[in-house]
Amino acid sequence: MTPDVSSLVESDRVAGTLYTDPDLFEREMDRIFHSTWVWVAHESEIAKPGDFRTAWVGRRPVIVSRDRRGGINVLLNRCRHRGASVCDVPKGNGNGFTCPYHAWSYALDGTLRGIPYPEGYEDVVEKKDLPLQRLKVASYAGMIFASFNDDIEPLEDFLGGARLWIDRFMKQGAGYPIKVQGEHRFRFNGNWKIQLENTTDWYHFPIVHRSWMSSVDAETASMLSIMTDETAVTHALGNGHSVSVSVAEHVDLDVDDGTEKLQDRFSHIVEELSKDLPPERVRRIVRSLHGAGFNLNLFPNVAMSMAFFRVLRPLSVAETEIRHVALGLEGGPEIVNRERLRIHEHFQGPFGFGSPDDAEAWNRVQRGVTGGTDMPILVNRGLGREKPNDLGQPTSHATDETGMREAYAMWKRMMTDGN
Amino acid sequence: MATDSLSTALADIGLSLDDPRAVAAVSLIWYEAHLLDARCYEDWDALWAEGGEYVVPIDRETTDFASRLNLVYDDDRMRRMRVERLTGGLSISAAAAARTVRSVSRFVVTGREQDAIEVCSAQVLVGYKREETFVLAADVTHRIVFGPGGPRISRKIVRLVNSEDTVTASGFLL
Ligand code: FES
Ligand SMILES: [Fe+2]
Repeated sequence: MTPDVSSLVESDRVAGTLYTDPDLFEREMDRIFHSTWVWVAHESEIAKPGDFRTAWVGRRPVIVSRDRRGGINVLLNRCRHRGASVCDVPKGNGNGFTCPYHAWSYALDGTLRGIPYPEGYEDVVEKKDLPLQRLKVASYAGMIFASFNDDIEPLEDFLGGARLWIDRFMKQGAGYPIKVQGEHRFRFNGNWKIQLENTTDWYHFPIVHRSWMSSVDAETASMLSIMTDETAVTHALGNGHSVSVSVAEHVDLDVDDGTEKLQDRFSHIVEELSKDLPPERVRRIVRSLHGAGFNLNLFPNVAMSMAFFRVLRPLSVAETEIRHVALGLEGGPEIVNRERLRIHEHFQGPFGFGSPDDAEAWNRVQRGVTGGTDMPILVNRGLGREKPNDLGQPTSHATDETGMREAYAMWKRMMTDGN
Repeated sequence: MATDSLSTALADIGLSLDDPRAVAAVSLIWYEAHLLDARCYEDWDALWAEGGEYVVPIDRETTDFASRLNLVYDDDRMRRMRVERLTGGLSISAAAAARTVRSVSRFVVTGREQDAIEVCSAQVLVGYKREETFVLAADVTHRIVFGPGGPRISRKIVRLVNSEDTVTASGFLL
């Protein structure tokens, strides 16, 4: 049965069944996750030839690898013989992938290199016809995306208005390239779109994160006092993407009018860095310690939130896996990278002071909605004050639901062929 | 002969029940488990020696916790903030914490110093929350110091079997 999908999303509300209908979930896998650009890795995770890591595109397991010529490959993790997964470790370095079952071996770019006891395949199999399935791959500013859709638009077009914000996000490296420093992984019992909505939902922040707010220093807490801050805005960026600004003076970290006082909590870092670096370099690095002053949500599966990436993987209609990827400065001062790890641990992960409260709220959404799927989910906050900015992007306060409306408009287009 | 060398080995590294410090350490570890299941976090905090280190690493092999991302990496200050978070009434996940019952066993003394011993153990925690029962298993290492105030925890490392995979935990401590 095909539901009348277009009736499920209106400009100010979506149907509760978007979180609960297994048929819709199947359709999302086909029409969104297996059709568009999906984020799979950051280039720092496969920096050297032979490096690889495994990832997911929708429900399909893939391998992201760096070949000997430096090329990035995204390969379906499925042997062309009788289907075994050819890579079973989350990351590593090697010459290729050998299937455990009958030892067909594949190169880093997926080429089928070897078949044991080949006599049985004479006049039957040509190796060149049976590489691992290759996905379309593109990367922007180190962010690697892949797609099962060979006819997909260029990545740069898909990212569109989000590219400016990706560039700004990377400035938290303060001149050093951004690198992945590790990740927290957890699951929650709820639909993936509940998390998708959350990245640009500053409305929940002072409520759900009271416990975290009360545990940080006053300067950090006041930095994130969004509710009364008129410079905290959300922009809809097109194609389902959106950005929510929380700390306006950290939107472009290269811009510094000199009035901002560095936080006392970082004084030990200032002291340490000042031994080797001039004051303006120290200031540039320390101002970037909390990351960029915004959360960028890229439809459908990755967010670049202040100092980390949030990656979501739908498991079923009511179960989602989340990864919070900690970032650091490649070649940067060790004391800075450690401080960033501690900041990440403080909020993120199953024992962080923030993530468990988010997961609790999302689980409560799933439970509540399941009890009344005929009632709509409201995404109308700020409709009355939403106005285009000078780029024509719908803009409202960071606590408003402009980002969610943008994501659901894209969802509707993809789920209905734009009809 | 074989039996002799086995008993020598056990006396060297194992848990010798006539070693009063080993018995005191195990009693403390069991009491700690009792307090954590009962969510008596203030009392739990009092079991720690000043300068204690409480770690739930992601990388099971590492001992250089500071340069890695961990699930928990607490000094005294962070641990006390954690207690405050779990008892302060501001956290919705702490308010809806899973109920837990844990067993700690398979004790082996793996290190002896003048005023401290190191004890490794196996911990199996069964949790329950909202119609779901789940299991978390971990190798645990305690360093117990013996000072004038009696035995205290100076280091606790909890290495979950699934630390590098998804870890679902809510509102409780390991
Ligand atoms: S299934 Fe892979 S070699 Fe047979
Ligand atoms: Fe949150």
